[in-house]
This record gives sequence, C-alpha cells and structure tokens, in this order.
Amino acid sequence: MNRPSFRPDPGRRTLATIGAAVLVASVTLYLALPIVALFFRTTPDLFLSSLMDAEVKSALFLSLSTSLISLAIVILVGTPFAYVHSRTTYPGKIVVDTLIDLPLVLPPAVAGFALLVLYGRVGLLGRYLNLFGITLAFTTIAVIMAQIFVASPFYLRQAKSLFEQLDPAYEQTARTLGASPFRIFATITIPLTAGGLLSGAVMTFGRALGEFGATIMFAGNLPGVTQTMPLAVYGAMQGNFTIGITISILLVIISFAIMIAVRFFAKTGVGHA
Amino acid sequence: MLEATLNKQLRDFPLDAKILVHPGEILALMGENGAGKSTILNMLSGLLAPDHGRVRLRDRELFNSAAGISLPVETRNIGYVLQRSAVFPHLSVSENVAYGMKARHWEKHRIAEEAARWMDRLDIRTLATVKAGNLSGGQKQRIALARALATRPDLLMLDEPFTALDVESTAAGKDLIRSFITEKKIPCIIVTHRRSDCRQIADRVCSIRRGSIGWNGKPDDLPETSKGIP
Repeated sequence: MNRPSFRPDPGRRTLATIGAAVLVASVTLYLALPIVALFFRTTPDLFLSSLMDAEVKSALFLSLSTSLISLAIVILVGTPFAYVHSRTTYPGKIVVDTLIDLPLVLPPAVAGFALLVLYGRVGLLGRYLNLFGITLAFTTIAVIMAQIFVASPFYLRQAKSLFEQLDPAYEQTARTLGASPFRIFATITIPLTAGGLLSGAVMTFGRALGEFGATIMFAGNLPGVTQTMPLAVYGAMQGNFTIGITISILLVIISFAIMIAVRFFAKTGVGHA
Repeated sequence: MLEATLNKQLRDFPLDAKILVHPGEILALMGENGAGKSTILNMLSGLLAPDHGRVRLRDRELFNSAAGISLPVETRNIGYVLQRSAVFPHLSVSENVAYGMKARHWEKHRIAEEAARWMDRLDIRTLATVKAGNLSGGQKQRIALARALATRPDLLMLDEPFTALDVESTAAGKDLIRSFITEKKIPCIIVTHRRSDCRQIADRVCSIRRGSIGWNGKPDDLPETSKGIP
C-alpha cells in the first residue's frame, strides 16, 4: 500500500514562490522608483555644476550646521535627562514619557505653529523676550529649536530604553569598587550603551536634516538664514527645478549613509552580566 | 569585626538578621532561593537600605538608622562579588582588575603593580589585554574576585562565587580566599547553595529561612539534608 505523501504539490509551491516574488518586487519598486526617478532627471555634469550654486551651498551649509548644533544640544541635555528619567520614579513620569513621544505623532506643521504661538513676536513668551530685544521666530535659532522639538524624541526614546535595559549589576559593582556616580556614568554606563546611543544620534541628525513642516511655520523660508535643504527643494519647485533635483539627490545620499550608520551601530547591544 | 543588625520588610516576609563575623573568619550563608541571603549582602554593602538596624565594620559606623547614619556604597570599602560577577565587558582584564584602584585614585605605578600581582595570583595574567566580555564564566569570576581583592577591602562578600568554576578552579579559588582572609585578617561572608563549599571553606555556617537566621554552627556539624536544618 502506498503511504500518503506529505510533500506539497509542486504546482502550488511554484505559485506560492511567484506570489512571494511579486509581493517583494512590488514593495521594493514602490519604495525605490521615486528615488531612482530623481537620478534620471539629471546628469553627473549637471549635478556637479549645480552643487556649486550659491543657493545649494547656502542651504547645504545651513542644514548641516543647524542639524549638528541641534544634535549636540540633544545629546548634551538629552543623555543626562534620559539617565535620570530612567533611574528615578517621580509623580507625573508617565506624562513626561508621553510628552517625549508626542512630537513623533504630532504633525510637524502643528509643532511649528505651537512654537510660533509660544515664542513668536506676540507669543505667550515671545512678547516678553521681545521686551529684552530677543527675537526667536524667523531666525536661524528658530530652525534649531524646530529641529530639536521634532527630532529629539528619536534620541531620548533610544537613550531611555538603553539605560533601562542595562544590567544594574555593572553600576552596582562599580559603586562597591569606590567609583563616584560621575565616573560610573562616564566609564561604565556610556561605553556599554554607546552603540545604541550613536544609532539614536544618527537617527536624530537625519530627522533634523529632513525637517520641513515645523521649520517653515516657525522659521520661515529665508535664503541664507532659515532656508535649509528641504525648504530649498520646496522653493525650487517654483523656480530652478535642477537645483531641487540636486538637493534632493544630496538628501537621498545622506539618508542612505545615515541608514547604513544606524544599522552598523545597532549591532552593538546593551551589556548584560 | 563586622556587627550588623538588619531589619527590612520584604514582599513576602520581614527580614530580621543579626550578623557577627570576626576578623579572619569566613561565614557561609545558606538557604533557599529568595530566603534573603543576597538581600543581606546588598544591605551590608549599602546597595539597599534596611528599614532599621545598624552596621559596624572595623569600629566604623556604616549604617545606623537611630543616628541617621548611612555611608554611601563607594565609601564603605567592602569587596563585593555579585552573583552575576558583572565584569565590565568593554574593558580588558587588566583594566577590570585596576578599576577599583583607579576609582580610589591610587598612584599609577602602584595600580600597575597591584593589578599584575592579582592577575598572577588568579592565574589570569596571560589574558591581561583581552576584552573581558569575550571570556568564559569561570574566567569572569576570577577577574571579579581579583578586582574585589585588589582594593584591599575591610570586608569581603561573595555571592555564589564558585558556580561557574570547574573543580580545579573552585579548589584554587577557595585556597586563595582562605589565604587572603587569614593574611589580611578581615571578615568574609560567602553565600552558597553547596554544602561542600561550606565544609571546605567556612568557619561558621548560618542558614537563612524566610528572612531569619535559623541554624548557626560549625560546618562539620551541618546536617546532611536540609530537613535537619530548622
């Protein structure tokens, strides 16, 4: 008597393989085609020559410098904040947790509008700052403030989670060995979470670099002052299309580099004894 | 000498323990998981605060709830090897051993000498430059022991120190601890599950059950089974 075969039907298997291939190809093409299209709208010579355009150079410089300043502020303030937040319990902690995550789901235009309502020339705080001759809205500082508001959750969430995951045995051991809290933070906590922190920092930089909605609402689109690369792309839609393509390609290249860096740093795990 | 009275309300039962360990004496704490053994070590080290009580070590008041004294962990000078020996994986073996000495701002040449001496004694000198995270459990425990001993503690506390060691390394570890305790005349507390450890290394054994010290006596008088321990 023949035993029943449990092998799948070859016809069905082929069909399943084809179905899976079509699915993967569709998703990949949907994501890749718009990016590829950018490269088809220019030539290497045109790309390189428009890189020298004053508008491109100005937007590139402003984007990189403001994003780096935003990142530095987020790291310097955010790292100790995330550490204290993860190691202590205090009333209203859940509210703070929610506020950290809020910019991730809040439309950036709303974030920019909220910043304007608070810090604008006639804003709740802005009107008093104005009395001292301090104007924030529609300045380069406003660009940085908008980037920090929108991009900081990427770093804060990552840092908070890394500090929570770190095995307390390391810090406890260091304490029994006579190390001060600062030495423990610098020699144990930070090195053991460095890979994840770097990954969060790179994501934050990428988000700050791509910031558009909050910036245009709170800082405007002033060339050389507040016109970052995404805003310059927006401006180019009504003017020089080639410049728009060049800046877009630049942003694509930087974004790719960021994702590669994130994948590289993410491989480094958190320490467990 | 270590004298301690510790009281703390734990989740399921109150911990109430009186501990007295003389200089040069090794006390083994035995008991089931969750009986409160590691909690006692954590309270002595200062990692956990008792609700009430007092801890005196070498005539120094480390904790006294009545007088409002509680010295920070880093100033208690207690060598404590935690259950998960927690070597710092991103540091080399020699950097691990030197960590406590650096934290106490010893002179550089003295740190190098002492680290080399302790690595020799624990037979880990050949691994000096290797990142500690890449080593086996047994090697990590030897590093943790060398790191704790190198700071010349006034009290040595070891939580399950021999679990990851093979028979040979366990015997060598016990010899080393015994010689160090005898040489430095400091009290030592070892938390262990194994009766063989108690018999081979301890001068006295205390059994902990639901936060209270039950059986207290010489290791040779230790009953063969846990049923014999009240």
